[in-house]
This record gives sequence, C-alpha cells and structure tokens, in this order.
Amino acid sequence: MPRVVGVEIPDNKRLEIALTYIYGVGRTTSLKICDELNLDRGMRARDLTEDQIATLASHLDQAYTVEGQLRRTVAASINRLRDIGCYRGLRHRRGLPVRGQRTRTNARGRKGPKKTVAGKKSVKGMK
Amino acid sequence: MGRSVKKGPYVDLKLLRKVEQQEQAGKRSPITTWARSCTVVPEFVGYTFLVHNGKQHVKVFVTEDMVGHKLGEFAPTRQFRGHTNKKEAARKG
Repeated sequence: MPRVVGVEIPDNKRLEIALTYIYGVGRTTSLKICDELNLDRGMRARDLTEDQIATLASHLDQAYTVEGQLRRTVAASINRLRDIGCYRGLRHRRGLPVRGQRTRTNARGRKGPKKTVAGKKSVKGMK
Repeated sequence: MGRSVKKGPYVDLKLLRKVEQQEQAGKRSPITTWARSCTVVPEFVGYTFLVHNGKQHVKVFVTEDMVGHKLGEFAPTRQFRGHTNKKEAARKG
C-alpha cells in the first residue's frame, strides 16, 4: 500500500476516493489534485508509481494544508476563541453548540450521550 | 451572511470619537458603552470598555486577538444558575 504524507495509507480504491482518506482532502479537493497532477482519477492507488507518489506528496505539501498541520490550525483557532472570552469561546468551553442551535432538544453531537434526569417530565408531557 | 466589504466594519462613531479623545489626552480610563454591535477595531486595543449586558456593564479589556469581533461577544447576556430541582418546581406550580 502506498504511503502519502506520513501515515496516510490509501488502499486499492480509485485514486479520487483513496485521496479522501487524507485529513483535509474531500471529494472536491481530491478531484482538483488529480487534475492538477494529470493523474487518472480512476486508477487504483496501488498502481501509483514511486515518482507519482513523490510528486503527490510534494504537491500536497506546498499547495494544501493537510493532516497534522491542519489539525493544529483548527485547534489554534478554537483556542484563540477560548482565550479571548467571547461568546463562541464560552460555548466551546462548555461543550455546547456554538452557532446558535437549540439545546432544549437535540445538540447530542456536542453534548454527548443523553444524561437522564430523574423526575424530569418528558418533552411530550410539557406540551 | 457577512457584511458587505464595501461598507467596511460597523463602528459606533461616538465610541470611536471617545477613544480618539482619550488617545489625544493620553488617558486610558474605562469607557462605558451600550454599543454591543460595534466592531472592535485596532484603535481599541489596550483600552478597557464597560459593555452593557442588559443589566450592568461588564469590564472588557481589549487585546489584539479581539480585533474583528463585536464588543457584545465579550459581555454575556444570559446567566445560567442551574436547573430547578423537583422541590423548587413543585413550589412554583
């Protein structure tokens, strides 16, 4: 299995799909990369030659922010919000939705699994 | 949707004038304001504002990182005091 940018090991899928296994590369970016490097987007990742892998790696390195670097950028911007004490930062600190979504119901992605409170009336009961 | 770039950031003119006055006088005393929707511009850095949160004025010291945010973002309008427990709920009902 070929290795691109460190640990990323895409397998024997079409190249356009295999590239999306890299953090920071989705379908759109993947197609763009294939076109930029004149690679057949339908070829299997295992059929990449050493040369192609090398150009792929250097291209990703200079033209895109991916993997660790991207993770660091994202974490840094969240930490900035936390540090300046703005509303969005407070929401990040408390683990609640940041963009004004409702929290009476849903918001499970941010709040985590349900914590059942004894004696609380159900949503249906509240009418 | 963001604000049109053509217009530039919204800055409360009265507030900006007050900052400039202080700048000229060389003072840095806290400025009381109700202009929560005013964008923090680089001129504000290093000043302290007392931003209204609907009840009282919250002290906000502006740092470089805050530029581009609105003053109101730093003065929360809601205070969460915890959920009511069963007894309290029964008393109310």
